[in-house]
Amino acid sequence: MTRRVFIPDDAAALSVGADAVASEFALEAERRGADVTIIRTGSRGMLWLEPLVEIEVDGVRIGYGPVAPELVGALFDDGFLDGGSASPLHIGPVTEHPYFARQTRLTFARCGLTDPLSLSDYEANGGLVGLRKALSMDAEAIIEAVTVSGLRGRGGAGFPTGIKWKTCAEQTDAQKYICCNADEGDSGTFADRMLMEGDPFCLIEGMTIAALAVGASKGFIYLRSEYPHAKSKLERAIALCEQAGLLGENIDGSGRSFELRIRIGAGSYVCGEESAMLDSLEGKRGEVRAKPPIPAISGLFGKPTVVNNVLSFAAAPFILANGGEAYREFGMGRSRGTQPFQLAGNVRQGGLVELAFGVTLGELVHEFGGGTQSGAPVRAVQVGGPLGAYLPPERFDLPMDYEAFLEAGAMIGHGGVVVFDERVQMARQARFAMHFCAEESCGKCTPCRIGAVRGETILDQIIAGDDVAENIVRLDELCEVMEEGSLCAMGGLTPMPVRSALKYWPGDFQS
Amino acid sequence: MSDHLAEIARAACARHDNAPDALIEVLHDVQGALGHIPREAVSEIADALNLSRADVHGVVTFYHDFRISPPGALVVKLCRAEACQARDCETIVAEVETRCDVRWGDTSADGAVSLENVYCLGNCALGPAALIDGELFGRVSADRVETLVKAAQRGKP
Repeated sequence: MTRRVFIPDDAAALSVGADAVASEFALEAERRGADVTIIRTGSRGMLWLEPLVEIEVDGVRIGYGPVAPELVGALFDDGFLDGGSASPLHIGPVTEHPYFARQTRLTFARCGLTDPLSLSDYEANGGLVGLRKALSMDAEAIIEAVTVSGLRGRGGAGFPTGIKWKTCAEQTDAQKYICCNADEGDSGTFADRMLMEGDPFCLIEGMTIAALAVGASKGFIYLRSEYPHAKSKLERAIALCEQAGLLGENIDGSGRSFELRIRIGAGSYVCGEESAMLDSLEGKRGEVRAKPPIPAISGLFGKPTVVNNVLSFAAAPFILANGGEAYREFGMGRSRGTQPFQLAGNVRQGGLVELAFGVTLGELVHEFGGGTQSGAPVRAVQVGGPLGAYLPPERFDLPMDYEAFLEAGAMIGHGGVVVFDERVQMARQARFAMHFCAEESCGKCTPCRIGAVRGETILDQIIAGDDVAENIVRLDELCEVMEEGSLCAMGGLTPMPVRSALKYWPGDFQS
Repeated sequence: MSDHLAEIARAACARHDNAPDALIEVLHDVQGALGHIPREAVSEIADALNLSRADVHGVVTFYHDFRISPPGALVVKLCRAEACQARDCETIVAEVETRCDVRWGDTSADGAVSLENVYCLGNCALGPAALIDGELFGRVSADRVETLVKAAQRGKP
């Protein structure tokens, strides 16, 4: 009987040798005359175990990781083909692993499970149900389902998706656009990438649902250039959908049309800001636009445009398939549904953890993350990317909830959690926040363009011990100017990591 | 300017229907073929897309990906964003600079290696992350970077 072996070809797995491991498995199986089919999948998100290899035995997938090519022979000797537990790499049934079993996988239900480019696999595991329902519904009902679900923009701003779609739907222009923001530039985040590589049909289905809801006939995925593997997966997935009649003219025989294209960014962080992204999509410098008008009214080429993050679109198929109420059941307060959190940096068990909102920061860092990779105590975590706050372990009781974070002077952002151990120097991290803003500012508004450079200089002086007290006052004033005067979140939120570092680790600024 | 260069620029524009909104795609194509965006290509692209040279130059210089001069034979990018900082990427930066005898952001005198900064490669749970000759690597150390650089150089003509 043919045994099915699953090996990820996700970029993270590839970066630690998944291709070499896959070749070695094929060779070893041939040497032993074992009847094996190797299927490449996305990643399960237990990234510290990558390359994580699974074998299906009696319908159960048994995992082994992290596998290196030179360990493959011994793995076979230890009974890999029967899912044996003798190997030190054996982790047992993957879905029973505590890291995985405790998650609520709604958006990432298929990631790591299926062949990302098999539409039949996709359909056999719940794919296309949402789209087919949407095709049978009128636009108002689709928007109502998304509104009821309580879904908020997963890119970081947390704006209610249903309201955005409704605003766009109300516009009477003949041409409207759906734009997916796949410019995932926040350090510590990789959920968009994992989804695009591991379940690209899910994003395509979600964008198509949005197109039906607002009456758009064209869509773009703005993908960062740092993600070539995602590009190749998406290109092939779009072609497969076109061949299957799921994209293009007359979707699934419905008479509706939706054309989807990919545009590649060029290494600019600020293009993750939606209006800068729209300018970049138009082939221009990625400069931020003043709002209003909002993109839902005047977006790409001046036409009504829905701009959502990958994860927002990817939540739509579940919501349409199961109803807004089913999604809404998860979460707390006004943060409904699930968020794929990403554990990164100096963390023992880094990876993707999809959970309902409400889990505490401490549970994420310690129970899922297992503390630091170095073994030294955690000193700080940065939540929500380079514009997010640094939080000390004393704040680990904070629930992952948009409002709770806001109240604490922090933000959930795109759900990245970067862990630092006791060696981190917080004045240097504050300086880096300003440095990063100076590097990446689009330059359109003065508080951001000049403020970031001044901020870096002031922090250099503080680190050098020059006029520390006066410089801290200056820094505080500068932060206020940037917060109040910047055109977008780049300059407006750069003070957040700076202020949080000052607030929780004041001693680090007194050299 | 050389006919060859003009041809590449014109072909890239034509591939995107000479649409001005495809400028970034065009620049990716031209850089893919030439390794950088020469000044002459800027004029050619501006002409084909019906843009001013200033428009095209503005876009070329806005985005970190585009280069106006040729890079070294091998490009090494190391992620220097927070998640990789937490995994000591700065130690690697200093070490690799010494071993390759080139500062980060520069190209070595013999043109063999360019060291470039990048802020996030999306491999944040397996840092430090590096991109060597376009290939992504996780859990790198200075030794591993040196090994990979040498291996990549052996593969170069």
